This record gives sequence, C-alpha cells and structure tokens, in this order.
Amino acid sequence: MMDGKQTAAIPAPGSDDAISPLSIQDLTVAYQRRPVVWDVDYIAPAGKLVAVIGPNGAGKSTLIKACLDLVPHVSGQVLFFGQPYRRVRDRIAYVPQRTSVDWDFPVSALDVAAMGLYRKIGWCRWVTRKYRAMALQALDRVGMADFADRQIRQLSGGQQQRVFLARALAQDADLYLMDEPFAGVDAATERAIVSLLHELRSLGKTALVVHHDLQTVPQYFDDVLLLNLRLVASGPIQTAFTATNLKRTYGGKLSLLDQVGARIAGQS
Amino acid sequence: MRCDVLHFRGSESGRTPGLFRRACVRMLSRNVLRLVLIGLGLGWGPAGVCQAAETFAWEDWQRVLLLQDAQTRIVMLGTIFLGISGGVVGVFMLLRKRSLIGDVVGHSALPGIALAFLLGEMSAPGHGKSMGALVTGAFVSGLAGALCVMIIDRFSRLRADAALAITLSLFYGAGAALLTLVQRVPSASAAGLTTFLNGKAASLVAADVWVFGLAALGLTVLVVLLFKELALLCFDVDYAATTGWPTRLLDTLLIGMVVAVTVVGMQTVGLILVVAILVIPASSAQFWTDDVRRLTWGSALIGAVSAAAGVMISAAAPRLAAGPVIVLCGSALFVVSFLFGRRHGILWKWLERRRLRQRIGRHDLLRACYELVEAQSQEQHASELELISTRITLEDLLQMRSWSRKTLRQLIHRAVQEDVLEAKPDGRYHLSPDGAALARRAVRNHRLWEMYLITYADTAPAHADYDADRIEHILGGDLVRDLELRLQQQEEQGLPASPHEIPSPSSPGKI
Repeated sequence: MMDGKQTAAIPAPGSDDAISPLSIQDLTVAYQRRPVVWDVDYIAPAGKLVAVIGPNGAGKSTLIKACLDLVPHVSGQVLFFGQPYRRVRDRIAYVPQRTSVDWDFPVSALDVAAMGLYRKIGWCRWVTRKYRAMALQALDRVGMADFADRQIRQLSGGQQQRVFLARALAQDADLYLMDEPFAGVDAATERAIVSLLHELRSLGKTALVVHHDLQTVPQYFDDVLLLNLRLVASGPIQTAFTATNLKRTYGGKLSLLDQVGARIAGQS
Repeated sequence: MRCDVLHFRGSESGRTPGLFRRACVRMLSRNVLRLVLIGLGLGWGPAGVCQAAETFAWEDWQRVLLLQDAQTRIVMLGTIFLGISGGVVGVFMLLRKRSLIGDVVGHSALPGIALAFLLGEMSAPGHGKSMGALVTGAFVSGLAGALCVMIIDRFSRLRADAALAITLSLFYGAGAALLTLVQRVPSASAAGLTTFLNGKAASLVAADVWVFGLAALGLTVLVVLLFKELALLCFDVDYAATTGWPTRLLDTLLIGMVVAVTVVGMQTVGLILVVAILVIPASSAQFWTDDVRRLTWGSALIGAVSAAAGVMISAAAPRLAAGPVIVLCGSALFVVSFLFGRRHGILWKWLERRRLRQRIGRHDLLRACYELVEAQSQEQHASELELISTRITLEDLLQMRSWSRKTLRQLIHRAVQEDVLEAKPDGRYHLSPDGAALARRAVRNHRLWEMYLITYADTAPAHADYDADRIEHILGGDLVRDLELRLQQQEEQGLPASPHEIPSPSSPGKI
C-alpha cells in the first residue's frame, strides 16, 4: 500500500519497471484551477486485473482519460510499456463510460465492434468481409453474436456494454482501460464481463477497471488502486484493500464501510 | 451473507454531452420550420400565388417534363449535383450534431464576397465582379466563420448554440455593412452581389455545371474514401482520438466540405438557404434507415430528387425562383419521411403500437376465458370440451381484469369477428375450437414466461418479450422444456397455476 512512495523515482530505462504496461509519474490534472487528480505515482503490474476505486469525484475517470491524453495534464508523465502513448496506441484499448455514447446513432452492434479494427484496416479503406468476420468473432466472445445486426438503441444496457467490450477486444490490445463497465448492467452481463476479464488475464493481458461496487472487488480483481484526488494506496488486494485504506479513501462518508472493511479483514 | 452489505455504487457526475445535443436538436427543429417559411416567402411572396397559378399551363409542363429547354437541362443538372453533394456532406454534419454550422458558414461567406468585390474594384474599377475572386472570398470567410465557432466552443465556457449565434450575427453584420459600401460603388455590376443572398439558379451556364459536377464528384469520392473515419468521428470522438485518428484534422476537413457545398450552392439557392441543402435531405433520410451507409445514399437521393423537382416546378412557373422551390421540395420530402418513413416515421410507430395493443388485448381476453373455465373445471386443466362448451358472460370477464366495459366490448367484438369467440343469442359467448387452442397456448406461454422470470430473475428481463407467442423462438427448446417441467412440478405440489390472484367467486383455492 506504500507503493506510491516507493515508485516515485523515475524508473531507469531497461529496468523491470520500465516495461510495466502503465507507469504514471507525478500526474496532476486540473479542471480550471481545481485539481482533480493530484500528484499520482503508480506502476501497474503486468498481467493483473486492477480495480480503480474511490468515492464520486475522486478522479478515477479523469485519471484514465489523462493517461490517454483525452484531458490535458498539468504536469507529470505517463508511459505505456515504457513509451509515450502515441507510440504504442495499438497495444491499448479503452472502453468509455456508457453514458458518453449517442445510442441513436445509426450503427449496428457489428459496426461498433468493427470500429476496434479501424486502425488495422487503415486510412481510406472500407470494412471488408474479412474484418466483418473478425468483428463478429469479437462479438461472439462476449456472447453478442446473435445481436450483430441490431441497432445499438435496441439492445439492453448490459448488451450495449458488451458490444463496447467487443470493440475493445477486436483491438487485440495488451492493456485494457475500462471506465465503469459494471455500472448498471444485469447479472448475466456482469458474469460475462468477469469471465472475459479472467480470460484476458490468462492471455497475459492487463486491465485497469474503474469500479464502484466495493464488495465484489476482492472477488473480481487481483490488485487495487485507491484514489481520492491523490493516490491513497495501491497493490495486491491482500495488502492494499484494508479497512484502514478504505477509510482513508472514503473518509467518514459511510459508517457502514467499517463493516465492509471488517468483513474483508475477517476473510483474509 | 453478501446481500446485507451496503451496495456502494453510484454514478459519476461527468460532463453532459446530452445537453449540447438537445440544444442542437431543438435549434434544428426550429430551423427547419424557419427555412420552410423563408422558402415560402421568397418563392411565392414577390410573384403572388394567383399570378403564379395563371402561368401554369399544360404546354409549359410538357416542355419542362421532357426537358426540352437547353437552359432547364443545364440548371437541372447543376442543381442535382448540388443536391447530391449537400446530401452526402449533410449526413455527417447531422451525425456530428453540428447541422447549424452550415447556417453559420452560409452567413459568414457574405463579408468575404463583399470584400473580394471591393478589393477587385479597387485594383480594376468596373471589373470587380470576377467570379473566381468572389468564390475565393466566400470560401475563406465561410471557413473563418466555422473555425470561429469551433474556437469559441473549445476555449470558452459558452455553449455551442451561443457560439453559433454570435459568429453568425458577427459575420452577417459585417457582410451587410460591407454591402452598403458596395452599393455606393458607381459600377452597375455591383447590383448583382445581392443575388448571392437568395440565389439565382436560372443564371447557371454550362461552365457552372462542370464546376458543380466536379465539386459533387470530389466531395462524394472524399466521403466514400473516408467513410469509416468520418462515421467514427461522428459516433465517438474520444474513442477515435484514443485510437490515434487525427480528430481535429477530420473535423476541419468536414467543415471544409461544408464550406465547399456552401460556395457551390450560393449561386443557386443562395447563402441564406444553403443550410437547407445540407440539413433537410439528411434529416429526411434518417426516418428511413438505421444504417449509416444507406443513410448517406438515401440523403444524396433525396437531395437530388428535391433539386430536380424544384427546378422543374420553377421552370414551369417562371416567376418562381428555383432556389426556394428546391428547398420547399426538400421540405415536402421531409414531411413525407416524417410521416411515412419506414423506420422512424410516426405512422409506422403508431401502427406498431396499435398492433401490440391489440395483440396483448387478445391474449388477455383469451387467458381470461381460459382461466374462467379452468376455475369452474373439476380437473387440473380445462378440457377441450369444457373450453368450447362453457358459456361466458361479459360480467364474468369484467371481473377477471381491470379493463373497462368499453375496452372489453371492443376486444370481444374483434374476437368474434376473428372467429375466436362465438356469440350466442342470449348475449353469452363461448370459445370456438380455434379460440380454445389459441387460449390454451396463450395461457401456457404466459405461465412459462412467468416461470422463467421467477426462475431466472437476474438475467430474465433482457429477454422477456411481450409477444408471448414466440417463447421457444427466444428462449430455445431446452430451456422451455425445463420450464415446463418446473411448472408441472409446481402444479403437482398444489401451488397456484397462475401467480395472479383470480377474484372470481367460483375460483377454488386460488391464492
């Protein structure tokens, strides 16, 4: 849980840390003058499922967006696989929040999944049959092949989420950044996403997942990153997901948190 | 033990892209109406409806429909090209939620035209009206207007609608001021500039058609080549950016295409109405399809058809200016699409809802009949004979559900017409053999659905379908057999066959 302090030093190129899928150094992000992410240092372990947790407004989504250059950062450096983002885009897949999508847009589930292949297809070329087959395969991996021709508005919330996971899968990346994939989905989708995450892990991929449901964290994830503007703690579930750290992350906002923490402590 | 713990889950308060979209949609709907009104005013106002009607003669129509005039042919070809390019580019403006940029670009082109004229007049008095200079001026200042909107939108707290309004009035004000200067220039050619405001399609010459054709071809090829890039930009900018597409470049390119359409269209439909060429075909096509590709071609088709129809009508009635009539034809197609569009037209929506209501009503009626008979039956299930022989009164049925007398009468009336129920002279009804079979199936499917919803509560709602007929089709044979087994077990245990309480007095032992 003291990882933050230990990794403040910039890793020397060639060291083990340099090939971490994601290393963040002194990252500060501010909207207007208000800091949203404050001086975060973090090195993601390779091949692990990492939950990013923290209260509302803690900067979880912003952290991910800042890593992907979607919001400008005031200071700090972010390296993916030891390189700046624009050099290794193809190895990173991003699943945005469901609320940021225009559901009335005239595209089918298959079209959305195929978007994950656009980089591979390249400029000025159409999506040929070969790529459509690949997109269908990605849909199949999330159990959505039967809905390939549906316009995205006609899918349920969980199905929509799975389509966007299929798009990220189609990218065939090594690092997946997911912004609340579990928000507002049905139990079947939740199971599908979890088994997909486990499948990704078994393929040696890394996933950083913004997560809201504290009680499933130990069940679904290997590692945790506790964030509340600053990095509170990070590391494996056993050492970092403790009652003390949760209290430091969420403050006195929730007295019931003590119970959660106590129960978790009792389990481990 | 898990469920007692507080579920700590909330929603992130983020930016709201919906606000901007809603504002634009609102402005768009207002704008379509405005365009129609302007079109009406320009088209009919000066001429007067009566005068225009007098000039309509059969010979004129014949001449026009057979395209006997060389000039009509030229004008028509030119405007069709314009319609196609406007339709194709407009789709992406619409999908990018920036339809009104077209309006800004149109108005912003005015100061460029006036300035280009004045500069030309200064260098060579009397020859200021060089088409090339005017077009360049229009292009540059139209682009400047659009970029101005993007800059205000990006670097200030103002919402996009305010940015649009500010830029539009700023540039149009500058243009109007410059035009008053132009009027003082003694050369006679100055008067021609105002035609760019409302357009003058009749003045098109063969050389213009070449330019229009090339522009339309260029824009269409560009859209075909960059189709997936543009579609991705419109659908999900953030994702496009993270995967490495140059979103700002693509956005600028899109604006450039809008400016090109505006410049091509200013001679025909005029700067004020050129936004209609962009917005109306694309909006109309949206009612017909849920596929970007078909949307684009549909929009191009609608643009071309409204251009051709507009030119024909204005050629047959020479007092009508072509530009506004083209816009009016487009508006007519919009209204047709709005009403009858196969995908989102309101007529189909209404029909669909009515059909669903009727089907559910019939199911409810059949189930009510079956359950009435079942309640009176000695057996576990109502037998075939009981189903068709038991007489049912309206009052009995009225007890079964919370329907009004009027609704029930309508349902029964339709059921009798469909030979599902048979009416007896004493005012009572009984199920026909067909009706009995249908009722049995409706009840079975309904109970299976309920069993499914109870058994698979966590996943079920995503699959549940009001149209209970298709249960096997949706859930698959294995699952349905499993559900049937569960239902059977439940009945054998003496539990209620239907989870609903049946308030009929003769219902034995229902909970």
